[in-house]
Amino acid sequence: MNISYIILVPLIPLALFVLLGLFSKKIPPSIAGWIGSLGLGTAFVLSLYTAYHYFLGAKLDGVYQTFTYKSTWIIFSDKLHMDMGMLIDPISVMMLVVVTTISFMVHVYSRGYMKGDDGYTRFFSYLALFSFSMLGLVLATNLFQMYIFWELVGASSFLLIGYYYTKPSAVAAAKKAFIVTRFADLGFLIGILVVSYYSGSFDFGELNSLDGNVITNWTATSFMGLSVFTWGLILIFMGGVGKSAMMPFHIWLPDAMEGPTPVSALIHAATMVVAGVYLVARLFPLFYFVEDGFVLSIVAYIGAISSLVAAVIAITQTDIKRVLAFSTMSQIGYMMLALGVSKYEGHEGLGYMASMFHLFTHAMFKALLFLGAGSVIHAIHSNELADMGGLRKYMPITHITFLIAALSIAGFPGFAGFFSKDEILAAAFENNRLIYVSSVIVAGLTAFYMFRLYFGIFWGKDKKYEHTPHESPLTMTIPLIFLAFMSVFGGYIPFSEFISADLKSFTSHLDLPLAVIASTVGIIGICLAYVFYKKENNLSEKATQLFGAFYQWTFHKFYFDEIYLFITKKIIFGILAAAIAWFDKYVVDAFMIGVGNVTMAFSNQIKGIQSGKVQDYAMAFVGGVVVLAMVVFYIWIN
Amino acid sequence: MILGVSIYEILTLTSILFFIGVYGFITRTNLISMLISVELILNSSVVNFVVINKYLFPEVLQGVFFAVFIIAVAAAETALAIAIIINLYRLISSVEVKDTEVMKY
Amino acid sequence: MDILSLFVIVPILTVLALIFAKNLKQARIVSLIGMAIQFAMAINLIFAYIKERAVNTDIMVFTKDVLWFGTFNIHYSIGVDAISVVMIALTAIVVLAGVFISWQIDDLPKEFFVSLITLSAGVFGFFISTDLFTMFVFYEIAVIPMYLLIGIWGSGPKENSAMKLTLMLMGASALLSVGIFGIYFNSNADGGPLTFNIFEIAQVHIPVAAQNIFFPLVFIGFAVIGALFPFHTWSPSGHASAPTAVSMLHAGVLMKLGGYGVFRIAMYLLPLGALSWTNFFLILSAIGVIYGAFGAIMQKDLKYVNAYASVSHLSLVLFALLMLNKTAWTGAIIQSLSHGLLTALFFALIGMVYGRTHTREIAKLGGIMKILPFIGAVYVITGLAYLGLPGFSGFVAEMNIFVGAFEHPDMFHRIITIVVISSIVVTSVYILRMVGKIMMGPLADETYKDLPKATWFEKVGLVLLMIPVLFIGTMPLGLSEMIKASIQPFLERLL
Repeated sequence: MNISYIILVPLIPLALFVLLGLFSKKIPPSIAGWIGSLGLGTAFVLSLYTAYHYFLGAKLDGVYQTFTYKSTWIIFSDKLHMDMGMLIDPISVMMLVVVTTISFMVHVYSRGYMKGDDGYTRFFSYLALFSFSMLGLVLATNLFQMYIFWELVGASSFLLIGYYYTKPSAVAAAKKAFIVTRFADLGFLIGILVVSYYSGSFDFGELNSLDGNVITNWTATSFMGLSVFTWGLILIFMGGVGKSAMMPFHIWLPDAMEGPTPVSALIHAATMVVAGVYLVARLFPLFYFVEDGFVLSIVAYIGAISSLVAAVIAITQTDIKRVLAFSTMSQIGYMMLALGVSKYEGHEGLGYMASMFHLFTHAMFKALLFLGAGSVIHAIHSNELADMGGLRKYMPITHITFLIAALSIAGFPGFAGFFSKDEILAAAFENNRLIYVSSVIVAGLTAFYMFRLYFGIFWGKDKKYEHTPHESPLTMTIPLIFLAFMSVFGGYIPFSEFISADLKSFTSHLDLPLAVIASTVGIIGICLAYVFYKKENNLSEKATQLFGAFYQWTFHKFYFDEIYLFITKKIIFGILAAAIAWFDKYVVDAFMIGVGNVTMAFSNQIKGIQSGKVQDYAMAFVGGVVVLAMVVFYIWIN
Repeated sequence: MILGVSIYEILTLTSILFFIGVYGFITRTNLISMLISVELILNSSVVNFVVINKYLFPEVLQGVFFAVFIIAVAAAETALAIAIIINLYRLISSVEVKDTEVMKY
Repeated sequence: MDILSLFVIVPILTVLALIFAKNLKQARIVSLIGMAIQFAMAINLIFAYIKERAVNTDIMVFTKDVLWFGTFNIHYSIGVDAISVVMIALTAIVVLAGVFISWQIDDLPKEFFVSLITLSAGVFGFFISTDLFTMFVFYEIAVIPMYLLIGIWGSGPKENSAMKLTLMLMGASALLSVGIFGIYFNSNADGGPLTFNIFEIAQVHIPVAAQNIFFPLVFIGFAVIGALFPFHTWSPSGHASAPTAVSMLHAGVLMKLGGYGVFRIAMYLLPLGALSWTNFFLILSAIGVIYGAFGAIMQKDLKYVNAYASVSHLSLVLFALLMLNKTAWTGAIIQSLSHGLLTALFFALIGMVYGRTHTREIAKLGGIMKILPFIGAVYVITGLAYLGLPGFSGFVAEMNIFVGAFEHPDMFHRIITIVVISSIVVTSVYILRMVGKIMMGPLADETYKDLPKATWFEKVGLVLLMIPVLFIGTMPLGLSEMIKASIQPFLERLL
């Protein structure tokens, strides 16, 4: 089966980027939007076609085949070399579909949303750059290639968050996102170096191979009580934590909402932020077998903690995009914990499948939520929940699609999120009850804050708007409708047929008791939100007062930002960098200048000898002669 | 040859003359006086040439020639020095050594 | 005339022709023609080298040897391997771009171009010679015009900076000459005649005691111009005061003489000395990497930021050289190349911003991208390339260095490598801070609204520098293999 034509999927956005980037002045905006959408549309169709072919035709003895196409990019040493190429296996094909779908939708949507903006063409070229990088990341055949595209998505995220570059807050957010993830990538890079040094390879195929030298021989070298591979994987996972905005590197994600809303939908909800999940899934055999899953349990706990913390914070936020950002973080925590509790073979590997399933459904409904939020923001020009209310009358399509997405994320029975979340909860229930309990709580919280948002925007009291809000244009509503469709029916795709840790199909059933518990909790959350926010009332203020300090605490996102700010501004900038600058100026440079000054001072001391008086010279001359004569005389008489 | 006077007396005399010249050259602050001192030094050496010639090598005349030669050079040198000093005087209205130190360092 | 000597002769002819130039217009045309020829020759040299390498397996190709000063056995001997070829190409590109960037220099244009091109003649001579003494002579030719260029055409406290720079480099030259003579007088250790020829000396077994004495002298002598901590302080003030083209040439090319000299002379001729001194110098260079990066964070002047960034990146070159393995050395050479291009780009861009706004203070700039889209876009791209984004040359270089440095199994090398790797985060902090402040954000000053857009010669200069950056970044295999093949004989001396 030859599917090397997949190379076109990343190459089309690359070509678009070059074209739109180089000729951004020449190409009129309307054409740029069309070119971008058409290009991504082609890529979207191609990936669907690939997925269709792959999932129906690439099985051999019940195992999905892996296809690799690669060529050497650089040779580091005799042992290590790096390839550029494409790795086609179930999860990469699934990711291709996710990325191109969302990217295509966002392209179409942006044609309406960004209309009239100065940098319209520039925006589309950035989007194309991002799509290219993300597709490259997805298709990477080895760790190093993944790192390359990992950095590229970071850079395109930087460019897109800072798209409104005249706005200081956007620039600051872009910088923050880049630097925080860069710090995490430092771990990733060192992890790659460790793993590749001890295994002699970057290649996923070799690393993941069950009889490869990593999995069979991970005990060989140890460092401080753990296998070196364990350390390597922890460091690699650090990269994933940064990119996926898990605790404690999550601080950049809320700020990243400064970017245009389509960007938030594409990068900070559906694709880039799940790269960390994808990374763990990609190296899953390694995570599972090395140190008997020690690192995997770290993954699980970090995922669980992040999802809980984010869900709590989301309740108190008032900026609708930030609520969604924390919701994203919480849902990615879900995916992480699902991977973390997963086992490898057959039905035991449910968590792995559930994670990928949730990644897929989440991409659809979260992109929908963001695009819906964007539609609202487009209409009323504000992000604040307080400025909204009663919009259902003005924006019917946005309202319905948003409701569908909210129901889906809340896990309402029958919607896509319900199925994927149920699989996650089932996997957690089987392997770790503590995480299961926290996940159920998160499910309730999710339903609550989502419907707080929904009621707050579309119901509640009617606001007096300066301009009567109106429904968004067709280019914006069509993607909404499409994604709403996916958010409902995406859950009926039999994922376990296609995706599993050991590449073999298995059948998963709906776990009825767990599903009932989860959906009950979800519905309770929805009802609570209904009571609090459907009509204008003072219940929420009362609740706020009830929680008092805890509310303040959550409202300030547990002061993570402040802690980081303190560390960076005060300690690193204020103490370390300032000390070094001081040291450089007053010690190192002063020493060098001091050498010069000492020379000068010495010369000042002795320059008096050169007095310019002939008589002084004559005196020295005569004195010299006399002394010499005496010496000669003394020698002579002896 | 002067009877009753040995070469030592004369050499002592010229040495004294020489050091008077040196002393004058070093201590005087006036350029003219310094020039005079230089002349003293030169004259002491002229006398030395003649005396050594007469006392030690009476059969040749090189010392005397040299004496004449030095006198000629000294005359030229004096003329030059005087010219410089006069020009200097025109320029800075002074023939004091301390006013001509600008070339130092 | 052989292909290599032309690299010295063309600049000299250009200088001679410049003497007859009457005004700026003529001066820049003459320089442009001369340097364009030089550039074309450099491109030609790359292909000629590849062709020659296929049939010639000597360490150096295109060799030539003319006796120059018989008494001391000094020869004018030249030859190139892949490393010199890429350095020559780098120099040709940067000098040509420098001519474009100085297109409108108004003060004593003729003398400016004369100094600039004399300097480049020295650099080219340095890269082609294989005789210690000739090399040293060219080195001095390259360093001296710097004094005039900064002292006359500079800005700010230019005399002081020029003096500081020249004196420190001269001090280093003094150490270097002691080291070179030390090598020379030990070159008969196996009984042959005294010689300055690098490849003849390489056959000689210089006693370990002598190597241990002369290695640090030669190393420091070269490393001062490569901004080794704590001898780097000439660089910030020197760069800050220098005119744009000179900063470009200095940071882009001249500072590379340090790494090149360390590699070609210190490591190759004194391998045993290198082995016993590496750990000490490794610590110094690692400090330089981190220290330069942190130093750059706190600077207020754009050029200072860049100068400290150069300290950091060039310390990385020395760090990689001291790692003594093939991968790291390849990384060091590519890093020299990449840093040369990127820093030249940066200084050119800073010069353009400064030429328009008349300030280099970060606090006084802001939102320039809106007014100068081309310059702003190139600035952002350069910044991203500088902090090691994949797709640009810096990434390839750094990854080679890090992978190579990590190949050492012992703890000391590992830890120091990890410390050095962490500099990539600090680099992104100062680069983004600078880019974010001056290019993005609201416009700092209303008067900036009417700044003139980039002119054609500025664009040509920038594009000229940008193309190889992208080329190396996206297709590094050919280059790295070419360099690796040339490194092999040098590495064998150390094993």
